[in-house]
Amino acid sequence: MDIKLISTIAAALAVSVGAIGPALAEGRSVAAAMDAIARQPEAAGTISRTLFVGLAMIETMAIYCLVIALILLFANPFTG
Amino acid sequence: MAPSPLASAVLFHLGPVPITRPVATTWVIMAVLTLVPWFVTRRLARHPDRRQAVLELIVTGIMGQIEEVTRKDPRPFLPVLGTLFIFLVTANLSGVLPGVEAPTGKLETPAALAFIVFASVHFFGVRARGPLSYLASFAKPKLVMLPLNIVSEITRAFSLMVRLFGNVMSGEFIIALIVAFAGLFVPIPLMALEILVGVVQAYIFTILATVFIASAVDPAEQG
Repeated sequence: MDIKLISTIAAALAVSVGAIGPALAEGRSVAAAMDAIARQPEAAGTISRTLFVGLAMIETMAIYCLVIALILLFANPFTG
Repeated sequence: MAPSPLASAVLFHLGPVPITRPVATTWVIMAVLTLVPWFVTRRLARHPDRRQAVLELIVTGIMGQIEEVTRKDPRPFLPVLGTLFIFLVTANLSGVLPGVEAPTGKLETPAALAFIVFASVHFFGVRARGPLSYLASFAKPKLVMLPLNIVSEITRAFSLMVRLFGNVMSGEFIIALIVAFAGLFVPIPLMALEILVGVVQAYIFTILATVFIASAVDPAEQG
């Protein structure tokens, strides 16, 4: 198979599969943070700051997949 | 094919050094961020006028955030972290202006910023605990953890870079694609989202840098 075709398929796969895990994780963490804020509204500031940092950490996984896809599409080491 | 988001356009050469578009944009942002506070702080008054009040609000807001994370006097960290935050907000939002690309949407600027954070983490760590005690902290709690700790120092700087680059670049990339496919007014909601993402990413970058510095200064305070 052509290397460009394989790279395109791999890029699409990397983003689509790689987005599943972070999406589930972000959903869970936001749900947990909502729960905590509903129980303790006075701690909302601390909770949302920690939530933001945690979401950023989780989101990094999806961004890594995006970067892999971009490298495959635009800076592919195999196509020369 | 769309232009690669990993490459940046060379504007002109300064001797042998090629000056790219993000570098030129960064220079303009630096000039604005230097000149505006300089003019505003020429006549500081005890009863601040409007402009001085805005500046004081920004500075005390950043100080409050740093103090909440580090639970220490924020003054030693304020210059680097405050500048980082203000620069990031300006740089991320500069992409909204017509004809300007956000410099943080190219790989070089986030790499430089992440390197600044990487260096300042060790600077503050050494300054707070002394060089030997700081180096010894990498071998805690056990000597086995030494390679893991060193790798984690590098990967978290790397992930800072990739996170900022990925978020800003993907936003601009999506807007460019939608402009190409759908036309003039369709990407406006996405651009509004991009403003939100830019501010949130600037906040996250700064807060993570604060957390890293706090954990280097005081090992008991792990974020």
